[in-house]
Amino acid sequence: MTTISKEDSILEADVLVIGGGTAGPMAAVKAKEANPNLRVVLLEKANVKRSGAISMGMDGLNNAVIPGHATPEQYVKEITIANDGIVNQKTVMAYARGSYDMIKLLDSWGVKFEKDETGDYNVKKVHHLGTYVLPMPEGHHMKKILYRQLKRHRVQVINRYMATRLLTGSNGQVAGAFLLNPRTAETAVIRAKTVILCTGAAGRLGLPSSGYLFGTYENPTNAGDGYAMAYHAGAELSGLECYQINPLIKDYNGPACAYVTGPMGGYTANSKGERFIECDYWSGQMMLEFYRELEGGKGPVFLKMDHLAEETISEIETILHSNERPSRGRFHERRHTNYRDKMVEMHISEIGFCSGHSASGVWVDENARTTVPGLYGAGDMAAVPHNYMLGAFVYGQIAGEDAAAYCADNAMPELDAAQVNQERERVLAPLKRSDGITPYQMEYKIRRMVNDYLQPPKVTRKMEIARERFAEVREDMQYLCASDPHELMRAMETHFILDCAEMAAAASLYRTESRWGLYHYRVDYPETDNDTWFTHVQTIKGEDTMPACFKRPIDPYIVELDEEEKDSYSKLRINNFVQQ
Amino acid sequence: MPLANTLTSVPVTVDQEKCIADKGCTVCVDVCPLDVLAINAEAGTAYMKYDECWYCMPCEADCPTGAVNVSIPYLLR
Repeated sequence: MTTISKEDSILEADVLVIGGGTAGPMAAVKAKEANPNLRVVLLEKANVKRSGAISMGMDGLNNAVIPGHATPEQYVKEITIANDGIVNQKTVMAYARGSYDMIKLLDSWGVKFEKDETGDYNVKKVHHLGTYVLPMPEGHHMKKILYRQLKRHRVQVINRYMATRLLTGSNGQVAGAFLLNPRTAETAVIRAKTVILCTGAAGRLGLPSSGYLFGTYENPTNAGDGYAMAYHAGAELSGLECYQINPLIKDYNGPACAYVTGPMGGYTANSKGERFIECDYWSGQMMLEFYRELEGGKGPVFLKMDHLAEETISEIETILHSNERPSRGRFHERRHTNYRDKMVEMHISEIGFCSGHSASGVWVDENARTTVPGLYGAGDMAAVPHNYMLGAFVYGQIAGEDAAAYCADNAMPELDAAQVNQERERVLAPLKRSDGITPYQMEYKIRRMVNDYLQPPKVTRKMEIARERFAEVREDMQYLCASDPHELMRAMETHFILDCAEMAAAASLYRTESRWGLYHYRVDYPETDNDTWFTHVQTIKGEDTMPACFKRPIDPYIVELDEEEKDSYSKLRINNFVQQ
Repeated sequence: MPLANTLTSVPVTVDQEKCIADKGCTVCVDVCPLDVLAINAEAGTAYMKYDECWYCMPCEADCPTGAVNVSIPYLLR
């Protein structure tokens, strides 16, 4: 009988949370609150004090559903329309119903939201139909506040270990994870009854136009780890053809940020300073109009603020240069871009997977359960469309509480020694090679091919070529080398990135229609075909170890749409009747 | 396939006078989401070891002596 090598230390947990950014700390705290006797471990590739998409905080909530301003039913409608009908409304409703209680909880933990003179939340309208944006001008304390709660609830935190694969039990249920220390190359095994994946977006899929591997929109530590790990564990993924593509400050590649500036009078404009879209809320339809303006001779596209009053501009600067991406100010300074007299040049981001912004994620139901027993997902990597930071918190809570209940009914699974030994061999292999191909070169090549062949407008023949190139890179994996433990971490991320690239190609080829504006604009199938494609597209690991896609019917809606609202997101372009 | 050493200019600089890594401080190294900073044991100061920066700034914001400066990586600047 195979035994697990003594080289690996083996830990045990009832609830293992992977990823300590936004959803992860909330999941860990809520699992511990549900049952303080549970052994809850929070694993983080970096350090929970400053990890994930909100390492420097966040400037607001994009989807606050607050009584008096919006109802859960209105919000479910808005997201259903924004996502072209392809939603499991039950998951969006679970978010919407939990939204207000989560805001009150965060408020009680010390998060400062903008309030009016009567003490009511000062919610702003950015979406096409409803009012959901709540500013947090002092949102840079977010990670500190979460850290305090982790301490208070006695969550066991393990920093600087990355998970490389999930381990599964004899019935296909989750059984734990294999870990790598990116500073020492020590490996470890955690045996766990439940695992909650909170690993963020697949942010290193496309290559930013700067060519700098780490100049991504998403925190580049989010390399698609959770997408790849769920895939190899047998879970279903959903909507991977609905890419994340965002309008960003050119070269800097961070948000400009229209949700902050919009309610204060800023707007997206063409090179003549004219407005061309009615609504700056990020959707595929908005990105398609953005793309058309860029390509149509009226570009580049800018964020216009130079018409605003001095006090408004000072306030915008204070928020944008202290929150989320505070180095924005430094970037503008060097290029002599002052909001008072110059518009900010914008561009289209690289592609990625992210359900927080679009709809590409690991499939979860309204209890945050994936299709693998005991495995949960929350945050940017879990397929609840347009879920943003507040959705990560709400789904973190849902996952934490459901996982705690699962622990009471299920025994600790046995580990499969062969699985563990095989994974150790795979992980450590690049360190044993003294020459070969570096992770940086291989990653660059995959991501450059993603840009060349997968980025919309999508072309069938190009996506087929992409698969040929990816297959060649996969053959090269046997030469992947790492000169130290840090490079070994990058090598493991290169595996995740290649997995995600192959999944992106498969899902995009499978859906033979166009939908979600630019996110899935297929030149050879330019129309939306509701007769055939009003359905989820799921991706799993196929028999041949390559991604396999199939349709999953959309559950009957629980909130019906009004006929006249159905295509409101498709009518974003402003018709300019004045002839120039 | 043999390997080469290709040098790059990195965006994070550490003021050698102000850095107190010689007194055991590792704050900037601890908070970096990408784990790209390290301590040079001989010099007793922190430095950027890998050119993999998200210009996110926790290293600069959390440094107790103001020794760390983050600039925008050259390719984006």
